[in-house]
Amino acid sequence: MPLLEIRNVTRRFGTLTAIDRVTLSIEAGEFFTLLGPSGCGKTTLLRMIAGFDAPDAGSIFLDGRDLADKPPEQRPVHTVFQSYALFPHMSVARNVAFPLQMAKKPPEEIAAKVKQALAEVHLEDKGASYPHELSGGQKQRVALARALVTRPRMLLLDEPLGALDAKLREQMEIELISLQRDVGITFVFVTHAQPEALALSHRIAVMRDGRVEQMDTPSRLYGFPANRFVADFIGNCNMLPATVSEATPHGLRLAVGALGEVAAPPAERARAGQAGVLALRPEQVHIVAANAAHELKNHFAGRVRDFLYIGDVTTYVVELENGTRIEALLANSAPGRARFFEVDEPVKVAWRHDAGIFLLD
Amino acid sequence: MNRSGWLWAPSLAVYAFLYVPLAIVVLFSFNDSRLSAEWVGFTLDWYRKLATDDAMLAAARNSLLIALTAALIATVLGTMAGIAMHRYRIRGLTFLVLTPVAMPEILLGVSLLVFFIQVLNLTLGLVSVLVAHITFCIGFVAIIVRARLAGMDESIFEAARDLGATPWQSFRLVTLPLIMPAVTAGALMSFTLSIDDFVITFFTAGVGVSTLPLQIFTMIKVAVTPEVNAVSTLLMLVTLTLIVLASRVAPDALKGRT
Amino acid sequence: MAVPRAERVTKWLIAGPPLAFLLAFFLLPSLIMALASLRYPGEFGGLAPLAARPGEESGLTLENYALFFGDWVYAQIFAKSLVIAALTTFACLVLAYPLALLIARSPKKRRDFMVLLVILPFASNFLVRVYAWMIILGPMDLLFTRFAVIVGMVYVHLPFMILPLYTNLEKHDPTLLDAAQDLGANAWHTFWRVTFPLSLPGVFSGSALVFIPVLGMFAIPELLGGKDDWMVGNMIKEAFLGTRDWPFGSMLSLMLTLAVLAIAGAAALFARRGAPNE
Repeated sequence: MPLLEIRNVTRRFGTLTAIDRVTLSIEAGEFFTLLGPSGCGKTTLLRMIAGFDAPDAGSIFLDGRDLADKPPEQRPVHTVFQSYALFPHMSVARNVAFPLQMAKKPPEEIAAKVKQALAEVHLEDKGASYPHELSGGQKQRVALARALVTRPRMLLLDEPLGALDAKLREQMEIELISLQRDVGITFVFVTHAQPEALALSHRIAVMRDGRVEQMDTPSRLYGFPANRFVADFIGNCNMLPATVSEATPHGLRLAVGALGEVAAPPAERARAGQAGVLALRPEQVHIVAANAAHELKNHFAGRVRDFLYIGDVTTYVVELENGTRIEALLANSAPGRARFFEVDEPVKVAWRHDAGIFLLD
Repeated sequence: MNRSGWLWAPSLAVYAFLYVPLAIVVLFSFNDSRLSAEWVGFTLDWYRKLATDDAMLAAARNSLLIALTAALIATVLGTMAGIAMHRYRIRGLTFLVLTPVAMPEILLGVSLLVFFIQVLNLTLGLVSVLVAHITFCIGFVAIIVRARLAGMDESIFEAARDLGATPWQSFRLVTLPLIMPAVTAGALMSFTLSIDDFVITFFTAGVGVSTLPLQIFTMIKVAVTPEVNAVSTLLMLVTLTLIVLASRVAPDALKGRT
Repeated sequence: MAVPRAERVTKWLIAGPPLAFLLAFFLLPSLIMALASLRYPGEFGGLAPLAARPGEESGLTLENYALFFGDWVYAQIFAKSLVIAALTTFACLVLAYPLALLIARSPKKRRDFMVLLVILPFASNFLVRVYAWMIILGPMDLLFTRFAVIVGMVYVHLPFMILPLYTNLEKHDPTLLDAAQDLGANAWHTFWRVTFPLSLPGVFSGSALVFIPVLGMFAIPELLGGKDDWMVGNMIKEAFLGTRDWPFGSMLSLMLTLAVLAIAGAAALFARRGAPNE
């Protein structure tokens, strides 16, 4: 039996349908992420699990029990809020003690558990401090300690890293992963930042307009997006409008705009004559000098329009002879020795016949 | 820096405009003359006279009693109204709370006069004044409390529930301590408004009961003596203390008035 | 479904008591007063009984309104009240603006103290503040004049203009002034083309806070003005406590209410239009 089951849940606000017949289940011990652009309904879904909001239709089950009549305080589920929501008039220790006091634990047990919880987030010496005396990262850790101290069945995290700067965020990501592994509690994580989701999660549900577009492991989502939205939202992608000219179990032949014939890996539902796009990750596209020999089937001549030097990689924007623009990624694995292409330099782009994925419109 | 230099002269003039008249009132309360036209000499006679003025002392007792009771009840009701206005969308609540604050006082005064006599058949007195004062104080308390709540992170209250607090526990342990400065400021402001109120009291007090402002009104209308200056000075001292206190408790609360 | 029952109970536990109190002691009395304006006066003041007895004059009537619209005197008093309120508002604006601007541009530490200095005169009773001007204007032979009324009105209501203006001006981004200067505006242009237009919401809310109470004032004209300076408030007071013609007084109160609502509505509308970026 899954730990959490969401069955056919719908939530409307006026004329807006924030959640549209969502069904999903989360297993015990999972790090599960709800990923999507703002307004996709991910936070609404989280608030319904926590009990701050209730579905208009459908049900939510925890451990097989319907949560409908349970107010937030009776759900064995705790939330880490985006703003941390630490009680400003209580010290760190009293913040962490709060859920234990609500559960009417004896004072000795409270003291011991608070100590342990603060140790877990490396804040042993901050018990007497007040929230306004802490840095953003420290507040974040107090919020985690407070939410985990009673060992809830499930921890909900609402964009908890959104307010941190990039360096600190990366550090907190690593801490979150090891914390989740150590305490073994199911995490449900809400974010709009796809790198964060890919880095942290066991499974991700990509949401849009109140619906789940695709639910899978990070590598499957990246490698096999189910549709254009997912392909575009997760990572960067070249989208080449294409029509299927031949479909076989071994591969597709696509007519891509004015480029002509392109070979692509097989797609289950593709039939000759159908329209769609060929989604091609920039790192799948090779870029070589115009006169270089090349054995790949799919190769086209063009000119460099722009390039972005990031450090570890360089992204080239290549304009093909018919005007199509393609992004290609080149790793700068040998700094100083790498050959840089200049703007306007004629080049060739190429990709393997099994690269990319054909997505129906 | 120099951009605002030219503002000093008119600003000081306005401060003078605000303070000089009051200084004159205080000064003449120590003047050894029945007339407030020229300075004759220092005396405390007017304060002595005040201490034996039975009507004035009775009025002061009434004012104090009304102000304390009105502040207490208005603070409870106003706090509830402030929380309700912040948390729920109840049609008409905001209108009902804010209008008595914004309307000219005379309108509340006369409508309550008609209501008490014609509908409730009540003899005007302490109770009618009390009810009238509570009615307009609720709004001030509610505005201050709501302003405080609006400045706070909503998820703090959700966090309390999330971590196992019942609605009542969440109110007692989180909401109330956090809005306490606003509640205190609201109580002080209600007390000040009530003890100072003239217009609404004028219409709802009837003949049986007098308050300090009513007593002052009679004195300055009928026979002006420096005893008025003396009672004014004392009254100023009381409300001054309260305002300074309120500004210490909740510096932003006073601006909530606007 | 979306709002559990327990939440609804909590909601009415919190909102119920103040709502009930205000319905009973604010809305109901206001409605009764509106109704009272359609009644005949009672023999000894108050209202006549509503149930019509044969041969007796009672029930509902528009007589009070006919009286009001039939005689220029009342319209004139209303007009005079509006003029006094307008003059007071303008004087308050002129006096308040420099001070509010100075406070807003002062160092943060000093601001709270300067605001407190504006609020402190509130610490004195309203009547005491009026009385102060009786002492000052009496020996100057200016008491019981229109000038005295306006000085008193301005004195009592000035903080109501200063505070909202300051609250608005304080929020202005100081780099806007640098930008204006950088783009070639002199001090006057910077004020007139940048600071003042941005402060319009404050100007309008301050004006409403002064204009409305002044319009309904009766004590200041009574203490500082002559018989000729009577305002709407004095008429209302006279009707209720002097001639004891309550229906007529109720009608006047209703007219005052309408005037106030119109002005508050206009101020709110202007304030919104004055702040295109907010």
